[in-house]
Amino acid sequence: MIKIIDLKKSFNSKKVLDGANLEVEKGKITVIIGRSGEGKSVLIKHIIGLLRPDSGEILLDGHDITKMTERELNEVRRRFGMLFQGAALFDSMTVGENVSFPLREHTEMPEDDLKKVIKEKLRKVGLKDIENMMPADLSGGMKKRVGLARAIAMDPEIVLFDEPTTGLDPVMSDNVATLILDTQRDLKTTYIVITHDIPLTYKIADKIAMLHEGKIVEEGAVEYMKASPNPILRQFLEGRAEGPIKVF
Amino acid sequence: MREFFERLGKRAGMIVSSAGGIAIMLFQAVIWIFVPPLKLRNIFKQMEFVGVKSLFVVVLTGAFTGAVLALQSYNALKRFGAESLVGPTVALSMARELGPVLTGLMVTGRAGSAMATELGTMRVTEQIDALYTMAVNPIKYLVSPRILAGILMMPVLAVITDFVGVLGGYFVGVKMLGINSGVYIGRTVDFVKPSDIFDGLIKASVFGLILSLVACYHGFNTIGGAAGVGESATKSVVLGCVMILISDYFLTSVMF
Repeated sequence: MIKIIDLKKSFNSKKVLDGANLEVEKGKITVIIGRSGEGKSVLIKHIIGLLRPDSGEILLDGHDITKMTERELNEVRRRFGMLFQGAALFDSMTVGENVSFPLREHTEMPEDDLKKVIKEKLRKVGLKDIENMMPADLSGGMKKRVGLARAIAMDPEIVLFDEPTTGLDPVMSDNVATLILDTQRDLKTTYIVITHDIPLTYKIADKIAMLHEGKIVEEGAVEYMKASPNPILRQFLEGRAEGPIKVF
Repeated sequence: MREFFERLGKRAGMIVSSAGGIAIMLFQAVIWIFVPPLKLRNIFKQMEFVGVKSLFVVVLTGAFTGAVLALQSYNALKRFGAESLVGPTVALSMARELGPVLTGLMVTGRAGSAMATELGTMRVTEQIDALYTMAVNPIKYLVSPRILAGILMMPVLAVITDFVGVLGGYFVGVKMLGINSGVYIGRTVDFVKPSDIFDGLIKASVFGLILSLVACYHGFNTIGGAAGVGESATKSVVLGCVMILISDYFLTSVMF
């Protein structure tokens, strides 16, 4: 469904992506792991067209996203939903207005139907009766859930998750992991998750890809990755300071 | 020496880059105003924010400026026995100059800084990126309504400032300094032409464009965290006020 081919991106003189290659299967959860600052967020922002690469291609059903005009990108973006690291809820709007925002912008849905959709999406992420609350009144975990409800509001084909459990306690992290799994099984949507949370990765991934120094250095199913002798992967999964990954 | 020129060159490059960025943002914002659908709710919300919520500060500014103008001009004109010209002096100063300029400066301080802070916060918390991912153009959604609100509401506020300023001047001139009420009003009506008020309103509209555009540009291009947001707000107020005062000179030299 999505094919990333030899993607390169530098900021000033710093190479962030240096020939990244990855295939994302339709209807599966692909988890991209890697250290902080390795370019995971940069990679995911390329997939949705927020950044343009220096070279390389991102094929979505055969169409190269990197060559699209802003108008074409906007058409493509309607097929996506995205949950940001800090949820990126609009703080001037209520929870209900946040969830219904994409629908209000892109459809002529009557107000009564909008209310039903808000309730349904919030129920899917395990929340109810918070439509009139403001994002500032929510806990970190609730914000992520509302962010997920907004991301799936338009029933997208692909949902991108940028560090969905960062800043959450272990219990809430597991709760969000379950939520990701449940909504994916329910909606049969393609999920791409970037994280350095190993328990989350093992729990939800159909496929894991390890990003290191701008390249995908290893990829495969959970069991394959667990058994892989790749020293970079081993060091990362085992959380050791010693090894080929240099700590600065 | 070399370091000095390097710094100078870097600074000049930044100024040119900012000027280019502001021009591009203006062009995009104007184009997006005419691209349907027109988000009236958004525009009215910004008009309320720029206009209605600035009313109190603008009324206070206008009233006391008119009052102090009457006091100062009375003391000066009395030496020539021309106290009857206090009314026209206050009214002309307010309509042509002080009404639009002071309103512009006050609205820059209140609404311009708030716009830069809000957009800056939206930038650093990825809310602007979120708009892109939902296929909503942030220039259309965030910038165009603010610029439109600045252009439309500043003349309204300037008229109010003018009116309240004249009232403040009347109060001091007639009630406190004892100028004859009929003379005060009559001389004011004789001297002030509708074009004085109209040209002042055009100035106010230009100032509205400047303050909202500068605020949106700095907010939209905020980098860093909370410190970056603060810096954007400061830059937007400083640059907005300076631009208003500079453009005021050129507008005045063309108009009057």
